[in-house]
Amino acid sequence: MRKLKSVLITKAVREMCITAAHKLPCDMLCAVKKAAAKESGVSARILKLCLENAAIAEKEMIPLCQDTGVAVVFAEIGHDLFIEGDIAAAIEEGVRRGYQDGYLRKSIVSDPLFERKNTKDNTPPVIHYSFAKGDKLKLTVMLKGGGSENNSKINMFAPSATIEEIEDFALKTVAAAGSKSCPPLIVGIGVGGNFEGCALLAKKALGREIGSVNKDKRYAALEKRLLQKVNALKIGPQGLGGKTTALAVFIEFAPCHMASLPVAVNLGCHSNRHIGRIL
Amino acid sequence: MLKLKMPLTLKDLRPLKHGAEVLLSGTIYAMRDAAHKRMLAEKKLPLDLRGQIIYYMGPTPARPGKVSGSCGPTTSARMDKYTPQIIEKTGIISIIGKGARGAEVKAAMKGKVVYFIAYSGLGALIAKCIRKSEMVCYPYLGAEAVYKLEVENLPLIVAQGLDGKGEIK
Repeated sequence: MRKLKSVLITKAVREMCITAAHKLPCDMLCAVKKAAAKESGVSARILKLCLENAAIAEKEMIPLCQDTGVAVVFAEIGHDLFIEGDIAAAIEEGVRRGYQDGYLRKSIVSDPLFERKNTKDNTPPVIHYSFAKGDKLKLTVMLKGGGSENNSKINMFAPSATIEEIEDFALKTVAAAGSKSCPPLIVGIGVGGNFEGCALLAKKALGREIGSVNKDKRYAALEKRLLQKVNALKIGPQGLGGKTTALAVFIEFAPCHMASLPVAVNLGCHSNRHIGRIL
Repeated sequence: MLKLKMPLTLKDLRPLKHGAEVLLSGTIYAMRDAAHKRMLAEKKLPLDLRGQIIYYMGPTPARPGKVSGSCGPTTSARMDKYTPQIIEKTGIISIIGKGARGAEVKAAMKGKVVYFIAYSGLGALIAKCIRKSEMVCYPYLGAEAVYKLEVENLPLIVAQGLDGKGEIK
């Protein structure tokens, strides 16, 4: 069994938080560049400003966005890996150091309903554990901003719902978000599972690489069709119109109860920050 | 592009119509949710905001040697619940934010406040327009404290003019 010291997890998470806040992933950069070439007028100009923003962020180490989010960490643990120490504490410490050392905004408040007091180090993060074959630890860190998260939605459809009704739900979610979620968006959709499961699927969908095609042809076709329909809403960059309301629509799916058809739509902004690393 | 410099009066703002792009210079005050809530609970305002502009924004901490951290606008709609009272209580003449406002706020702004939108999600780019940043109120709120900012050529778009006209998505 391979051993991994928990301090290495802290070090990796710290670096990933800082990098994600300052460096727009390559797939996002390419997608914005391609979209800018298709647009004209104000929308083209805004997309070029997105690229300029990314260049300034990386060069001058000023975060891409002031909302450096809640840190969402996916930890996929290999069956043949033994972690020496407390993985949860190691991840949390990595987030704490990343947000402090990286001059990232501390946006987490302690109690949601009553005192809402800032925890001052952006902890706790949201951590999702899963297990896989092998002896590695696969970490994915997403910095999820409030603007796009707040406009995300879940609906528990009846199994009699048509695909058109589900498409309509996704489109209405994007339309209601308008410019509040900072388009051009990444639209992550989770279908199936259960109430909390579909939300997690939608979150995972936001981590997919732009240009990647769904393994299931039917879902791949649905992603393509939905992207066209989302862009036909003409919300455009900054909500000022244009052809580019979303850069991608990704759908993740899972088996569900025979009585249910849960659907979650999680929106990602034009700084959809995610980063992966294998330890 | 039209250049505006603070201090400004309602008379200066009257010609601004929906969709106009401007570059703003001078003093503005950044405040968001928690500062709005506290300000409305105060008997006496801790700051004189008459004739001022407020910017819905909570920055990242500035790195040593830098004037400001990342500082783009946050969602205005979250402030909708407070805005009509804030307008009355403070006497502000303009708001800078992101996204659409509710009908009640749109009506409350008509004739009193120009609503601008700043480029959302472009916090690094906007940081280049900040010449000075100072925490002036509610320091214990951290990123939600009130900041006095000196800006130079901050790019803005008029979402709603004093005439009350202008819809954004």
